[in-house]
Amino acid sequence: MSTYAFDYARAQSVDEALTLLAGHDGEARLLAGGHSLIPAMKLRLTAPTLLIDVSGLEDLAAVTLDGGHLAIGALTTHRAVETSELVRTHCPALAEAAAGIGDPQVRNRGTIGGSLAHADPAADYPALVLALDAEIEMTSRDGTRTVSADDFFVDMYTTALAAHEMITRVRIPVLGHGEGAAYAKFANPASRYAVVGVAAKVSLADGTCRAARVAVTGAAPKAFRATAVERRLAGRPLTEAVIAEAVRGLADPNELLSDLSGSAEYRAHLCEVMATRALREAAARAA
Amino acid sequence: MTRDITVTINGEQHTVAVEPRLLLVHLIREKLNLTGTHIGCDTSSCGACTVLINGKSAKSCTILAVQADGASITTIEGVGTPEALHPLQEGFRECHGLHCGFCTPGMIMRAMELLEKNPNPTEEEIRWGIAGNLCRCTGYNNIVKAIQYAAAKLRGEETPSTEPEFV
Ligand SMILES: Cc1cc2nc3c(=O)[nH]c(=O)nc-3n(C[C@H](O)[C@H](O)[C@H](O)COP(=O)(O)OP(=O)(O)OC[C@H]3O[C@@H](n4cnc5c(N)ncnc54)[C@H](O)[C@@H]3O)c2cc1C
Ligand code: FES
Ligand code: FES
Repeated sequence: MSTYAFDYARAQSVDEALTLLAGHDGEARLLAGGHSLIPAMKLRLTAPTLLIDVSGLEDLAAVTLDGGHLAIGALTTHRAVETSELVRTHCPALAEAAAGIGDPQVRNRGTIGGSLAHADPAADYPALVLALDAEIEMTSRDGTRTVSADDFFVDMYTTALAAHEMITRVRIPVLGHGEGAAYAKFANPASRYAVVGVAAKVSLADGTCRAARVAVTGAAPKAFRATAVERRLAGRPLTEAVIAEAVRGLADPNELLSDLSGSAEYRAHLCEVMATRALREAAARAA
Repeated sequence: MTRDITVTINGEQHTVAVEPRLLLVHLIREKLNLTGTHIGCDTSSCGACTVLINGKSAKSCTILAVQADGASITTIEGVGTPEALHPLQEGFRECHGLHCGFCTPGMIMRAMELLEKNPNPTEEEIRWGIAGNLCRCTGYNNIVKAIQYAAAKLRGEETPSTEPEFV
């Protein structure tokens, strides 16, 4: 057998999932697409005693436009994000990032909620939700709370999500006039996970950058915002020279990961290159 | 601790008692004796275990059998017959899309969904479309040709040249 033994329940509602989760004192795990959890269980890195399958909760598998936000249900598959007309219209960078996750079979199963909850340091969505200033809605039997992406990622595989909580939705402000966003990834050629991926969102007025958000995944134990770069861009026209100057020294190799995919120094270099590409594209889209 | 699940595989319904930790690929190969679905890596990488679950290609080594309860599954055994090959099977044969054949069932199951969604894919779309399937023999060029052959045939067009490409 490939994993330790466990019990399995298929939740018919969010309430049922939350009750099961609360009743198992940290020993139960939600199962969405299973494309991070099952590999981890096969490696025997984790051994939940109960898997609560939430993949059938259709209400949480839809994308809707809700005021000025895209509301993406936690169970929305990568494939559904990639092909959603709403996402393509209001936030093409997110659809493009989804299209670059893993491979078609992975995108058929994996979900945005599962990816965020798992918080793999090389996952794509963390950079996107940070740059796009998303909010993550979580619910438990104690009620529902919303955490900004900035406060969500705590460390490698660690988030603000408590053991008895479930992500229900991700809310992303739609891009307004003069705003553009893009994602540039240097992918591991085998898995397509990000060796370094940078998402950027800029808002332009009269050719000048009013505000920028730049977020990096793959490089460090957790996705992070490059706030110094953001500050250096504000108030300036996004020319090649300005971008080149702003991204210089984006990351300190001492704080980056070093593994088979690349040394910390290499990743630091990639941070600058991918940030340049993302910013260039975001600026072109905003103009 | 087993539970009964019911799956429809290649049109035939099966009710089987399984442990929750049984992988779908093991259900298919070991309990239902459908050994056309292969296990190449067991780590979600190679795509040899690809089957269709409710029409969507998926890696059955990364899915629990219990997750497939109630689903309709197609494996390579459900595609064509020796007398009447599916255009994809014919394409792989005509275009030398295989050497050892280990990756072929997964390639074909993946290409089934690809062509279903996109009947007229470009070469690039085919290459990205099979990005989750590894072949250690062919170098992919003839696999791409095989899928192009099948795409043309399924569209009712003349099939392209089947001259193999040696690179
Ligand atoms: C071959 C391969 C290549 C991949 N390549 C990439 C890539 O290029 N980029 C990338 O970003 N990812 C990649 N992934 C990971 C993939 O995107 C996963 O689908 C994703 O990380 C997890 O989503 P899931 O729905 O499969 O979650 P699961 O595996 O079901 O769950 C993961 C974790 O999240 C928890 N969880 C799930 N849903 C919720 C929820 N709604 N609320 C709270 N907790 C929840 C689970 O309990 C578990 O702890 C790859 C995976 C594979 C197998
Ligand atoms: S055996 Fe499933 S992906 Fe390789
Ligand atoms: S033909 Fe041998 S692995 Fe593809």
